Amino acid sequence: MKLITAIIKPFKLDDVKEALRELNVAGMTVSEVQGFGRQRGHTEVYRGTEYKVDFVPKIKVELVTDDADAQRVVDAVVAAARTDKIGDGKVWMVAVDQVVRVRTGEMGHDAL
Amino acid sequence: MDTGDNAWVLVCSAMVLFMTPGLAFFYGGMVRSKNILGMLMQNFFSMGLVSVLWLAFVFSLAFGEDLGGGLLGNFQFVGLNGIGTAADAIPGLALTIAPLTFVAFQLMFAVITPALITGAIADRMRFGAWVVFLGAWVVLVYAPIAHWVFSPGGWLFQLGALDFAGGTVVHINAGIAALALVLVIGKRKGWPGDAMPPHSLPLTLLGTGILWFGWFGFNAGSALGANSVAAQAFINTHMAAAAGMLGWLLVERIKGGHATTLGAASGAVAGLVAITPCAGFVGGWSPIVIGLAAGVICFLAIQLKFKFGYDDSLDVIAVHLVGGILGSILLGVFADSGVNSAGVDGLLTGGGAALLGKQFVAVGATLAWSFVVSLILAKVIDATMGLRVTPDEEAEGLDQTQHAEAGYSYGDFGSMGRIG
Repeated sequence: MKLITAIIKPFKLDDVKEALRELNVAGMTVSEVQGFGRQRGHTEVYRGTEYKVDFVPKIKVELVTDDADAQRVVDAVVAAARTDKIGDGKVWMVAVDQVVRVRTGEMGHDAL
Repeated sequence: MDTGDNAWVLVCSAMVLFMTPGLAFFYGGMVRSKNILGMLMQNFFSMGLVSVLWLAFVFSLAFGEDLGGGLLGNFQFVGLNGIGTAADAIPGLALTIAPLTFVAFQLMFAVITPALITGAIADRMRFGAWVVFLGAWVVLVYAPIAHWVFSPGGWLFQLGALDFAGGTVVHINAGIAALALVLVIGKRKGWPGDAMPPHSLPLTLLGTGILWFGWFGFNAGSALGANSVAAQAFINTHMAAAAGMLGWLLVERIKGGHATTLGAASGAVAGLVAITPCAGFVGGWSPIVIGLAAGVICFLAIQLKFKFGYDDSLDVIAVHLVGGILGSILLGVFADSGVNSAGVDGLLTGGGAALLGKQFVAVGATLAWSFVVSLILAKVIDATMGLRVTPDEEAEGLDQTQHAEAGYSYGDFGSMGRIG
């Protein structure tokens, strides 16, 4: 099993969600986060005074999939989140040792 | 008594009261989220303390029979004792409204004037120190200056200086007091290097809308009747706000590249400040010129704090002091006796420089008294009880340290249990 984590632009969340739904993923977790990559934040101006904002708002999407589905999910997220502009985000995948469904106690593949 | 006049000024009194919560949200949106309640409370508390002091004796100091020299009123109206219902109950005035309506209307000005100061000392003043400063300031600074300018026995009134709704009494007075307080209390930790951006501009814009609405009561109500002067003041107020917004946004767009919402709000308020002394004394295109000038000049005045290194956190000096001086002086240029028979003509309307000279005297006197007394008050409070929160309290925020509350509680984690 794999945990796939995607950091994306907030306004791309709907596109990513629809793309994942078409792949029939079982679920996902979304959170509002802040950070920077190569984009290095942005500037804001208040009453003529300019401020540098290092951390920009992003959305983090997390989901756990079977090994067999993982690459297709990553590809779908990347395709849906891309705008070709700096700040589009990143997607990464790590191995997951165990998953347990809280309600039934099912483990591993059955818990997905 | 004219019931129409009385009804109008009663409604205006409520509108002016509403400006203080409006101001609280105008300022509150601009502070960091850990200080929102601290800012709201400093403003709301003025509605409590100043009102009680007003009934007790401050109205009497401002509008009682002159004690001599046009400097201060007497104690004849302590506890509003014996004010009655006669048209000539208040010395020098021939009212068409109930004397108590006048008391209520003037009270709302006394409530909002010190509240204007809070924007300058945002994020770092102890609440207890604000309570003492507020009470003492209304007695020692507001009451005398209101007497000089608004009471027919006052020396600036006698001199013939004009101030329709409080350019000197309200805006210059609060603006220069803000400078005195800021010089004593010092800069916020991290200013000007660290960014302290507004935490909620939607609140600031909501507050601006409330202020704009309430300002009709402030200025048009100052006609003290539902008459044509009130209508002129109403139009002037609106046009100056509109032109102020355009002026500010224009320079902002030219200098900074974007027309911002905070700029729109600030420009409108700058226009409203500048028209305040002029509202019932000018006509025609004058409010547009005054508003535009205020929008441009107040925007440029923001840079003063960076040049001279004082931390006027929310730009009370740039907007209220500079805007108030601008309006009070421009009144000497644009005043038109054709608009209001109680007024006179200014420089451009054939009256010569006489009024302009009187306006300079009124501005100078207000600046001097308010600055000196506010500075002494701030020094005394600082030396005795301390003006400023500790560095740790400043870092944690006023909401938690001064009021034991949180402005924003996100989520319900069941983490709060009742103690005792």
